[in-house]
This record gives sequence, structure tokens and C-alpha cells, in this order.
Amino acid sequence: MGERRWMVGRRTPKGDAAACVTGQARFTDDIRLPRMLHGRIVRSPHAHARILGVDASAAMRIPGVLAVITGKDLPHPYGIIPWTQDEHVLCVDKARYIGDAVAAVAALDEETAARAANAVAVHYEPLPAVTTVEQALAPGAPVIHEGNKHGNVLKHVELAFGDVEAALAASDVIVDLESTFESTTHVAMEPHCAIGQVEPHGVLTVISATQVPHYLHRELARVLELPMDRVRVIQPNVGGGFGGKSEPFDLEFCVAKLAMMTGRPVKIRYTREEVFYAHRGRHGMRMRHRVGAMKDGRLTGCDAKIDIDGGGYASFGLVTTYYSGQLLAAPLHLPAYRFDARRVYTNKPACGPKRGHGSVQPRFAFEVAVDQLAEKLGLDPMELRRRNLLEGGNRTVNGLLVRSNGFAECLERVEKASGWKEKFRKLPFGRGVGVAGSFYISGTNYPIYPNDMPQSAVQMKVDRSGRVTIFSGVSDIGQGAMSMLAQIACEELGVLPTSVRVLAADTDLTPVDLGAYSSRITLMAGNACLMAARQLGDKVRDAVARRWNCQSVDVLLADGWAMRQSDTAQKVAIHDAFQWAETDGGTLGSVGHFNTPKDVHGSYRGGTIGASPAYSFTAHVAEVTVDPETGRVRVENIWAAHDGGTALNPLLVEGQIEGCAVMGLGEALFEEHTFHPSGLHRGPTLLDYRIPTTGDVPRIHPILVETNDPVGPYGAKEAGEGPLHSSIPAIANAIHDAVGIRVNAVPFSPSQVLRLLHAKEVLDAAAARV
Amino acid sequence: MLPLPAFDVVRPSTVDEALRALGTPGAQLVAGGTDLLPALKNDLASPSVLVSLSRIDALRHIRIQDDGTLVIGAGVTLSRLAEEPVVTRHAPAVAQAASVVASPQIRNAATLGGNLCLPTRCVYYNQSAFWRAALGHCLRKDGDVCHVVPGGRRCVAAFTADTPPALMALGAQVVLTSSRGVRALPLAELYVADGARHVAKRDDEIVTEVRVPDCAQPAWSSYRKLASRSAIDFPLLAVAAALRLDPDGRVVSLCVVVSALAAQPRVLKGLEQYAGSSWDDAVRRDVAEVARRQCHPLPNVPGDAEWRRDVLVTEVRRALEQLSPPASGQR
Repeated sequence: MGERRWMVGRRTPKGDAAACVTGQARFTDDIRLPRMLHGRIVRSPHAHARILGVDASAAMRIPGVLAVITGKDLPHPYGIIPWTQDEHVLCVDKARYIGDAVAAVAALDEETAARAANAVAVHYEPLPAVTTVEQALAPGAPVIHEGNKHGNVLKHVELAFGDVEAALAASDVIVDLESTFESTTHVAMEPHCAIGQVEPHGVLTVISATQVPHYLHRELARVLELPMDRVRVIQPNVGGGFGGKSEPFDLEFCVAKLAMMTGRPVKIRYTREEVFYAHRGRHGMRMRHRVGAMKDGRLTGCDAKIDIDGGGYASFGLVTTYYSGQLLAAPLHLPAYRFDARRVYTNKPACGPKRGHGSVQPRFAFEVAVDQLAEKLGLDPMELRRRNLLEGGNRTVNGLLVRSNGFAECLERVEKASGWKEKFRKLPFGRGVGVAGSFYISGTNYPIYPNDMPQSAVQMKVDRSGRVTIFSGVSDIGQGAMSMLAQIACEELGVLPTSVRVLAADTDLTPVDLGAYSSRITLMAGNACLMAARQLGDKVRDAVARRWNCQSVDVLLADGWAMRQSDTAQKVAIHDAFQWAETDGGTLGSVGHFNTPKDVHGSYRGGTIGASPAYSFTAHVAEVTVDPETGRVRVENIWAAHDGGTALNPLLVEGQIEGCAVMGLGEALFEEHTFHPSGLHRGPTLLDYRIPTTGDVPRIHPILVETNDPVGPYGAKEAGEGPLHSSIPAIANAIHDAVGIRVNAVPFSPSQVLRLLHAKEVLDAAAARV
Repeated sequence: MLPLPAFDVVRPSTVDEALRALGTPGAQLVAGGTDLLPALKNDLASPSVLVSLSRIDALRHIRIQDDGTLVIGAGVTLSRLAEEPVVTRHAPAVAQAASVVASPQIRNAATLGGNLCLPTRCVYYNQSAFWRAALGHCLRKDGDVCHVVPGGRRCVAAFTADTPPALMALGAQVVLTSSRGVRALPLAELYVADGARHVAKRDDEIVTEVRVPDCAQPAWSSYRKLASRSAIDFPLLAVAAALRLDPDGRVVSLCVVVSALAAQPRVLKGLEQYAGSSWDDAVRRDVAEVARRQCHPLPNVPGDAEWRRDVLVTEVRRALEQLSPPASGQR
């Protein structure tokens, strides 16, 4: 088929777009089962407390209450990372943050469940809480997990590549940047929701708004002591995840256990406040980056020290700790690099993966440091970056194999589109532009639990009606994973999108895909789908060729037809072609799978974490206005060029770029997941936790840079997370261009900006007097 | 989703019927409900009966009387208030204030009367029952401490309604109706410095109307709202100003109201001294300085209180700079 494609590369609305915007998409909470009960979770009002006892007798006396469970009912610990399973569904011995789950009730209706939850009497012995990294690391600090080997430190990673001290000592200039990044959370539109049901034949079904049906399946079986083949997980439409639904949550186990106890379906839906407590969002970090360069702009090395505020449980924290260092080694070539990162437990909701897991925070710091180096050297920051490009096909200093790399083009495109040369250092005071670059993984190279099975598989069936059905475990959380699979099937089998059905994320019916995390689906499930589709395509072409007495390669399947490539006037409707193939070879079905190449990383301990089959690249230019009298920053324009490889569907890639820019903007300017000294969230509501409104969103100019990646399907890579990274430092650098201050704390609140402006005025005035 | 507590709803179609219904024990008025319903979910109030004003057509009038008074019914929605030509022309600050409340959907439901009676807000109060219990209840409800002012004995929750400061600057009167009759008082007198009960309205009264005097020759007026986002935000600081000049460009009267400080909007004192002054930058800077001395932002709303103090002068100055003749004045 060569490079001629009829469907791949077409701007195609998502298959479920119309259903979503007309209210017809069916989310978990839209599902009401006969005899369904409603559950509610009792949560700890203490940040750190021993649980002395739970008395459910008053709750059980309320008419309509059918069951109450506590930690004793679910004794097995769980956690997404097999080595750090430190959570219980309901606290057994201690509560570790305000909002930690202690008990759960099931009742006939929501109101009764809420009343019953209030009536559960929990006897706490409050313990001293640690709510900052400093407190958690202080000598004699209360220990949050008594069994943890290193006090309140979950994970400490120290890795060095080359002689960093020597490199920095030999540098002409060094930037020593201390910065902080406030924790932020996902704010998916749909709150977590789950329904548990025990089917008459004994299978436990859990319907859940999850982005990892397979891992949920495993953990449900383990915690509930059921064989995996007696557990079924179904994921309906999900109203956004962004990483906030990428591990099992208390409610999923609770609905299962309560359903098993009562023999009736049970639903639990989080309140928005509970979503804030469930969190698993971006970690707050305190960072120090020392970056050196020679006079000509060549970088010499980088030394990073990172303290990560993890919250009460491990979540993905082990991976976060590695990512905070590992994912800084491109797109600029670092001759020497060292990082020292530790993730620390605190008595707050657990942090986890949020779009750009672990790497958004150090990326901010590094790109600001690079901007400062350029300033010190009198170089254009675009030019400085250009002088340090990591070449495609090379390995990073920490051993990551980068195959396709469109970063140089990303820079060039945003430079041109933004009018950079006319604007940088030339706009009037109060206006400025800034640039930043980044890269990201297209899926983690290894699954979360060690195994050598495929990371993704697809089963495909073609029938005589002309319909193609795809069975896949992929988790479509709004990003369009199912549409991506359909598009590949169309490309290979010649059917129109209306003839493709995708059945996804039902562990009884679909083969395993590991889930919607680490930007893995397009590359991995896409390849699995391609493999399955090509087998069927071959069969169909063979059948047609047989009848037309031509070579199979001369048969083209496209646009609802099988046609002769050398004479497209000769054609037959695709369903007829399918019938010929079924006649010749029997029922048409195939399987495809994908596993990762294993030669893409270093062999040192931890070298596999951060490794991916392919990497995306991004460059942003932000243009901002800063009000020097109030410190308020307004982002006017964002030009975002993204190398996501071949854009299978440019419409969805642009959507991801825009979504990333908006989410980054929110983190840059507004969002703060912060806590009172007591450990209480400062405002777990959408009024107090401010995400951008449409009125705050700048003009976003997405630019597609399409390298052809050798591993990705048709050359495709990721687009869902990479484009977020550059947005925050680009805004910070633009603020510097606008008013000459360096904002080193995210978010760039007006009070921070104004304070820095006042300090600068004082310094400027002092300098003028000298 | 938090469940709503149980309550009855009555929907009278006249003010008299509403007043009778309001006599029921546990009754509470509701108009647009945009603030009350979240409060009910948060267990901040527990009325047994809601008396809905939504079907009372007699509260939805807007007109200019012969004496130049602009009369606005309490049931007028904020979106209509923001767009009604007679308001945009004769009381531009009021239209401006209405236009920046929350979001278009909320403005379609929320009413002027509701906005006038909007409870004060505090970061420690407008939270769920679980959250307030975890923090420790405050003196406004179920507790006896103030989390904003340690040792404080009176609620200092912030006045965050947008339209009242603009109306106050223009010297508006509010009309209260009860079964005993109708009374009108200056809007500024409706509010008292107690966040727990900052509206000096008797329980049996309904806000039925607002009257803005002297609109035949409209004052220059402006409203500035400082908020984090461009929508769905309460003010972190708000400034309303109204100015009348004589034909020579000298100040006849100037009123400046600063809000989102404590429970009461603050009317700047001592501005009479500018009567007769020419309206120039020096006066505007001077007035902004007066505001700085008289206004003291507290950590009761989100946003750094220190920063709000810093930008107060700028916000007041800008509100004064924005004053310009209303459209009708130019004709």
C-alpha cells in the first residue's frame, strides 16, 4: 500500500462526539440497575489519627440501611505499584489524611446513605500530623507508615551520568535556580463513580469510571479474594481522566464488597469534594537545578535536587521519583547529568500521575534555567536551544534511545508563527514572549507489574454485512482511543467509519490493554490493531485478486470499495469482497498484539523507568501581558508545535495540543491544591480551586510537526501529555520578557508577580543611584 | 453530588401571597436560588419551606419615573439588568456590575433582589459540613471562634455581591414590603457590620424594588471587580464610583464604595472635601489614598490579603479614571 492513505491523516470527529455533546453518552452514573443500592463512604476529619473503633450500630438502625463495612472487612492492602502497596480500602489502623476512607454504608437511596454515613461513630486518637516535606523529614517526625524502611521517605533516587561537578566547574556560566511547583489536581468533569453487582452466576461485575480496567480487574480479584475469571470490569464512557482515574480507588472495592454482602447492585459516586481528597494529582515539588553552559551556548551539564511532596500514600510515587529526573535528558543534549530526588509521605491526599506525570515540574525549572543562561550569554533562547539539539537516532545521556525527533522543526515553526524575531526583547514594557521545549514518552516500555506478555491486544472480526468489529481493552476517556482504532481499521480494510464498531474496556469480552496512562494507547493499541487489520486485509485482497486474476498487491481497499489499483474503475463493494473472503477461508477473525522493543534504555538500575518506544517533542511560544500595577498576567497567545509523529487524526491531535495548553495555563496562573497547617484542603470546591474559564483561554495556535516514527503505527507517537510541559515555562519566560522578573514559584500569582516587581523597582533604583 | 435536604416549596404569584407564606415557621425566600441551593447542600441553612418569588410578575418592572428615578423590580434577572438599555444608559455602573456576576447561566437565573440579599462569604464558611467540622466550626454556625480574625467575636465574612456597591454609589434606595406596609431606606443602611446577619431586613419583609434617583441627568458611574478569573468568581475587591460635575468640570458630588472587605461595603468618608475641586489626576490619586487609609482587606476571601491591600489604590484610581459621561449625557 506504500504511503498512499485514504483515512489515516483525515480530520475526523470522534465517533462518540455527538453523543457526548447531546447528553446521550452513557457514563457510569447514568446506569441504574434494578434493586440498586446507594453507598457512601465515611471519611476521616483528622489528618493523622489512630482508629480505636468504629461503631456502626446507630447507622444500621436507620431504616433503609442494609450494610456497613469497615477496614476489617477488606484486610488486604493494595496499591498500583506492586512494590509499594500501602493502602487499605478502608483504614485499618490509622487514617493518614483528611478524607481518608474509614467505613462505607449501603442504603436504599442516596439521602439515607448520607445520613447513615453521618451516623457511623468512629473513635479516633488524633496523632501529630506532618503536612510539609520539611516537617516530614525533621528528626523525630511522626512516621506515617510505620512499616516503611526509610521513615517518611517513600523513595530516594540518585543517578549520575558523567562527571557533573567537573562539567559545571568548567562552565563559563552557571545558573543556580531554586524553584517550587505547587500541587495541582486533574478536575475531570466526571467525578469518580462505580457500580458493583454480583451476577446470578456468581461473577462480580464492577462498572467504573476508570482509565485502567485491567489493573482494576487484578486488584479487585486480589483484595476481594476472588479468582480473576470471576471478576468482570466494564468501563463505560468516561468524562475525563488526566491521570486521576489511573489506579484503583476505595469506591470500586466498596461497591464490590457491599454488593457481595447485600446481593444487590451498589453505586457510589464521589462528591466533588471527595474527588479533591482522592486526588492523585500533580506532586508539589521543591527543586534546585544547576545548569552550566559555555560562552558559545553549549550546555555542559545539569545537577538537579528534588523534594517531592507525596501525600499519605505511595500511589505511583516510585515512578514519579524516577520521572522527575529521568525525563529531563532531551530535547537538549546534556553532556553530564545528575539528579537526586526523593518522594516524601505527608498527611495529605496522595499525589499521583497528572498529565505529564512527574516531569512537568522539573521541565518548568529547567526551561527557565535555560532562558536565564541565554540571557547571561546574550543569546536568543531559540538559538541557545538550537545549539544543543539532541540528534534523532541518538541516545540521551541517561541511555534513552530517541528515534524520531522533530524538535528542531518545532522550534522553527513556533519561531516563525509567533513572529518571535520581531517580538522578543522588542515589545513594550508589560508585553513579552517566551519559549520553552520538552519531550515525553509514548507509553512506558514496561508494564506496571512485571511480565513479558503484550502490552496491548486487539481481536477483530469482519462479517458479511461489511461490518468490522474491534475488541480491545483500551480505555477511551474522551481522548478518542476508540476512534483511533476505528480509523486504522478503515484504513486497512477499506470500510467507512460508520461500518466499524469498537467494543472496548470490558474485561469479559476484550483482550488486555494496560490502560490509558503514559500516553501509550495510540502507539501500542494502534500497532495491535494494525497487526490484526492487516491480516484480514490480506485475506480480503487475496479473495478479490483470485476473482480478478490479478496480484493481491494490485487490490486496494478504500472508501467502501475493493478496487484494482491499476484500474480503479474495476471495483466491488467492500461487503461483497468480505463475502468472497469468507467464502474462501471461513469466518473472518484475527488477533493483533504489541509489545515494546527492549533495547531502548540503559542497563543500570532504574534505567527502564522513563524508557519508551518513541518520544514526542514540543515547543511553545507564549505571549503575555503583565499589568505592572496589579501583577496580573494575561496570556494572549500560545503557539504550540508538537511532534507527535504522523497525525492519524489531526483534529484530535490539535484538540490534545489545545487541551494541554489550557491545562498548563491553569497550572501556571491559577491552580493551587493547598492545605491548612492542619492538613485540611484549603478549598475542595470548583469555586476555590480555580481552573481557567473560556474567558481566560488565550488564542491557541496548534502546529503539527509530523515525523515518521519507525515504531509508531504509520509513524504515530503521543500527543496527549507532551504538549503540556512547555506551556508553563514558556509563560514564565514570557513574563520575564515582559517585565524583567523571574517567577520561580508555580503558580505565577499576581501577588508573587507584584512582589517581584516591587523588589525589582527597589533594586533598579538602588542601581541607578550608584 | 451532595443531597439537598428535604423542604417544601410554595410558588405564590403575588407579593401579598408571598408575605403570607413567609409567615410559616421555617420559611425562607428564594428567587433565582443560585446561592441558596449550594448553601442548602452545604448544610448552611435548613428551611422547612422555600417561598419562591419566581412567579411574581409584579417584581419584574424596570422604568424611569417622571422625577428621573430609575425603578427596578427585585425580580429582574441580572442578565436583563446588564442589558436593559434604560439601565445601561442611566446607571451604567449597575449594568456593568450585573454583567460580571458569575457566569451567563447563573445571571439568567439570579435576580437583583437575591443579589442585594446575598449572604456574605468566607473561605472558612462556604464549605461542606464535613469540611467545617474537620476545621472546627466557626462562630457564624455551630462554633464560637473566628478563623479569619483570631479572637474575633463578630463575623467578618466578606460582602461579595456585585450590584449593591454600584447602586449605593448612585444613592439608591431599597424598598421593603411587609404585611405592615412598605418602607424605603437608603441601600447603604440595609447593610450592617455583622457577617452572620449583614442585611437589616426584618424576617417578614421582602425586598421588592430598588430606586436610583436623579437618572434624568445620570451621574458618571463605574464599577471595577478584581477577581482571579474572568468569570465564575466572587470579587476579591470591588470598587464602585459615582460622580457629578458642574458645567465647569468641578466636582459637585463624589461617592466611592469599596467592597469585598468585611461584611459591609465601605462608603469612603470625607469625600465632600473635593466638592468644587476640578476633576483631575491629583484628585483621583488623593481619593485612592483616602481609600487606602480607610479600607483593610482581611484573609476572608481567597487571594493574598497583603496583595489586595497593595492593589487597592490602583483599583480605586482606575475606577475613578473609568468615570465618563453616560451615553445619554453625550446626546
